[in-house]
This record gives sequence, structure tokens and C-alpha cells, in this order.
Amino acid sequence: MEAASTAAEPRASARDEAKTKVKRGPKSGGTPWWVWIAVAAIVIFCLFPFYWLVNISLKTSADLSNSDLFPPNPTLDNYSSILRNDDFTRALLNSTIVALVTTFLGLLVGAFCAYALARLKMRFKFILLGVVLSISTFPQIAIAAPLFRLWSDIGLYNTLIGLVIPYLTFALPLSIYILVTFFREIPRDLEEAALVDGATNFEAFRKVIVPLAAPGLATTAILAFIASWNEFLLATTLTSSREARTVPVAIAQFTGSSDFEIPLATQSAASVLISVPLILLVLLFQKRIVAGLTAGAVKG
Amino acid sequence: MRRRSRGVPERRLAWFMTAPSILLIALVAVWPIIYAIWLSMHEYSLVSAGLSRWASPIGLGNYIDAFGDAEFRDAAVVTLIFTVASVALETVIGLAMAMTMAMAFKGQGVLRTVVLVPWAVLTVVTAIMWRSMFDSNLGFVNTLLGTNTVWLGTEPQALLVMILADVWKTAPFMALLLLAGLQVIPGEIYEAAKVDGASAWQRFKKITLPLLMPALLVALIFRTLDALRIFDLPKVLTNGANGTTSLSLLAQRTFQENRLYGEGAAISILTFLLVMAVSFAYIRLVGGNIRGMTEDR
Repeated sequence: MEAASTAAEPRASARDEAKTKVKRGPKSGGTPWWVWIAVAAIVIFCLFPFYWLVNISLKTSADLSNSDLFPPNPTLDNYSSILRNDDFTRALLNSTIVALVTTFLGLLVGAFCAYALARLKMRFKFILLGVVLSISTFPQIAIAAPLFRLWSDIGLYNTLIGLVIPYLTFALPLSIYILVTFFREIPRDLEEAALVDGATNFEAFRKVIVPLAAPGLATTAILAFIASWNEFLLATTLTSSREARTVPVAIAQFTGSSDFEIPLATQSAASVLISVPLILLVLLFQKRIVAGLTAGAVKG
Repeated sequence: MRRRSRGVPERRLAWFMTAPSILLIALVAVWPIIYAIWLSMHEYSLVSAGLSRWASPIGLGNYIDAFGDAEFRDAAVVTLIFTVASVALETVIGLAMAMTMAMAFKGQGVLRTVVLVPWAVLTVVTAIMWRSMFDSNLGFVNTLLGTNTVWLGTEPQALLVMILADVWKTAPFMALLLLAGLQVIPGEIYEAAKVDGASAWQRFKKITLPLLMPALLVALIFRTLDALRIFDLPKVLTNGANGTTSLSLLAQRTFQENRLYGEGAAISILTFLLVMAVSFAYIRLVGGNIRGMTEDR
């Protein structure tokens, strides 16, 4: 995005400005009181349910049955119990591997395609991008049934690679679509200069575009990672044991480590644990994520 | 424009660079869909399922069965009610959130981060969260309302909780899309309207809504597509009990738990067609955008 703000093209730069700059109202000095009430309502709406989850994750089994908004005897027992649970730690590892590999492959393959679509002369571009976009709206259920049968036949059922492959159906279109928008915002002059200096098209892509598009690549990587980390339908359909189960499946199937344990307490502790890294990602990359989510959504 | 002779010719390079993506899409998306259509036109006997490839072609039999099946019709109705209700609520709440965020005040960046929290929470975690809030013993909702309802165990209430959970998770996403749309509306238009004596409501109706319409439509269709394929929420909230079985959930249960591949695939394909119909509307809408993104400059 940094590169885009210097773009000579007025359309791209105006849009970029609109995205990052705050619109100044007529009375930018004082904010009316009712705005603060609305702000408070938004904060409570967004954060309270998560607070509630943290609250029950800190409760003892005995306190769980009352609906207090504060844990009367806060305890970390639920957390230590979940961290000692091998099914959960294995699921964490599986999820991390699947999400990282999916993100990497989606980005690698997608970046080439996006560059060609954004910059090179080519036929059927419109159709190709239309297909990519419609693939990203595919309901996962449509490929779940055939893959369930197929993976059993060829031995990919209950494997991590058996998850990565179908995950590319959303990671790849996502990468292509966002990267096309980012690549187009990079000023053409820079590449032209490289081409004049004797670089080939591919060298211009590798040495000029890729480094300049680093923020766009980071945005895409974050969104693809979160999407893979979140996926549930295929993960639950195509896995059957802890060797390949990912975090969402493991949490959903959680029944507590003993019959005496109420699963909700450990379930909530596990939920908080896996939400924290994602919330940190959001804290660190808020601007990038918003830019990625709204890429292409606003007519520029 | 430029003409060069070094390296691979441009058009050929373009095909080289897009080929891996085209192949992958064909392999992981197009081909499974074709296989699903094939599955949906065959009948697998329960005994032989998984043991052999024995399947007898029955044409559209599975589709006819699906339409005659009360479970399928119920799932279709539940999915549609869920989609209309959650998308409508998300739009209203998302718009209110976006308009608040568009006001100039300190701490706007913090608010945007706060708004991204529900978006970043996994759908499965969202389901666990809302299940615990509405739990008749552990939750606070009954205490707060002074009621004694078994929310997830009663017919219309369970769907209501599912809708609310979805609204919580996705209204913020809607808000961010709409905020981006609001920010491209020039402030001078509002100033001029104010000078002309337009009331706040008139300014909203005559300026904000029409100018926001493109962003609003994109956000609406985006969310509708997502809502129509809902699976995670009903699966974890209720496992489809008490009138919450969506089309995706029914399809998955049919082919995985009951091993009725043909029928399951047929329901999947019907869901797919429903989603694709909306998707075409979406692509038509952003078609101008795509053209803009692909034209040579």
C-alpha cells in the first residue's frame, strides 16, 4: 500500500487515500455525546461474548453452573488440562502445518497468475478472473462428497495433504483476487524502467513487483492463513483421527478428559487459547486486513 | 506502448504464469464438481458402500427423491430463513456500525481493531461461545431476561440463537465493507446539503444510501453466499437438532453418516446451484470491476 500512495494514476491514489484517511467532519474538534454511546455499544457488542468465554474458561467446575459474570474462584486448571491433552496439541500442530502450507502454495501459485492478469497481455483474462471469482464462492459442500469417496480410494483420506489440496479452492482465488488489486496499484513506470534497462518481463516481476508488493503479499497471507485455520466442513468430513484432525474439529468434538469434567469449561479454555494468536494478528495487522477485505469490494 | 524482444514473448509468459492456477482450479474444484454430479446420478446400496464401486445409474432419481423428502424441504426452508434473517440484521447493524466509525473521533483505529475481533474468532468457537451464553444452566441470558427457556432445545429459539451468533460474527465484516464505501463519498456533498437545509434523515436517504448502494450490494451478496452454505454453526450449536439443519449439514450427514453418496451428492449439487445463482448476480454486479482489473493499460 505504501507504494500505491505514490501512484501516478489518480484513481488508485484517490481510493487509497479514502481507505486510510479519516474523513474529517465539520466539527472535528468535539465529538457529540451520542457518538460515544454508539461507540460503547459497538465495543460491548463485539467484545462481551468473548469476555464471557474467557470468564467461563477461568471458572472451577463447581462455579460453572452459576451464571456469574466474574469467576468467583478464578483458576487456570482448564488451561493446564487442555495443554496436557494430546489430541488438542496434535490438532494445533496439524492446523499450523495445513494453514502454513496452504497459504504458501496459494500465494506462490496465485502471485504468478495475478501478475499475468494485472500486467501482461493475454486473451480470456476476463473469463479467467470471472472463473476464479466464482470458484471462491463455491459452497465447500459441493466438493466434500466427491472428495470423501475419492480420498478413501486413493489413500488421501485422513491425511494433512488431503486437506491442503481442497483448501486451495479458497486460498488460491483469494490470493489471485487480492493480489491483482495490489499489483495494479504499483506504478507502471518502475517496471518500464527495469524493462528499458534490459530486464525481461519475468525479471521485472521478480525484482521489481514482488518486493514492492510485499505488503499486499503479507495481507493475502494473513487472510489465507485465517481462512484455512477456520475451515471446518472439509476438515470434519475428510479426517477421522487425531493424526489429521485440525483445531476446529478437535474443539468441536471435545468431550472432556474424564467423565467428571464438564466439557464446556475445557472447550472454552481451548477456544480462548486458539483465539489469542488470531486476535494478536488482528491487533498487529489491522490496516492490512481491512485493506485486503475491502480490496475490490469498493468500486474504485 | 513498449515493444521488446528479450525473454519469453509476453502472451506466452502470461500463459506460463497462469497455467499452474488453471490446472489447480481444474483439479481441485471443477473435477470434483463433475464427479459430484456423476455421484448424484447413481444409487449406492448401503451394503456395498465403501466396499466396492458398485453403483447403478438412476438418472435424476436422487433429485426427485430429495424434492419429495420432507427433511430436504425443511433444510431448504431453514437455510432460507436463516439467510434472510441474518443478512438483514447484519446489514442494519453493520450499517449503523459503519456510520459510527465514519464519524471523526479519537481512537478510531482502536475501534476498527475491536470490530475485527468477532471476525477473527473461529466459527466453531463462535458456536461454543453462543451455546454457553444461551445454555439454560450455565448461561447468563436466562438470568438476564428472567426466563427459563431451554434455548437450543426448543424449535424456533434454536434457530434464533444460530442467527444471532452469525450476526455477531459477521456484522463487523459488513461494517468494514460499508465503511470503505462510506469513505469514498465526498464530504462536500453533505456540506452542501446542510447549507440547503436538509435534515439528517434526508441526508441519509438522499445522499448516503444511493451513493453507498454499490458497496452495499456487494456486501449483501457476499454475505448471502456465505449464509446459504452455512455448516459450522448448526453443526456445533445443535448438530442440526430442533429445526436448525441447513442444506450443507443435511448433505454432509446424508453422505458421511448415512453413506448415501448419491442422495448426499444430489443435495450438495442443489445447494451448489442455489449458491451459484446468487454468485452469478454477484459477478454481474462486480463485472465492471473485473473488466477494470483486467484491461490493458
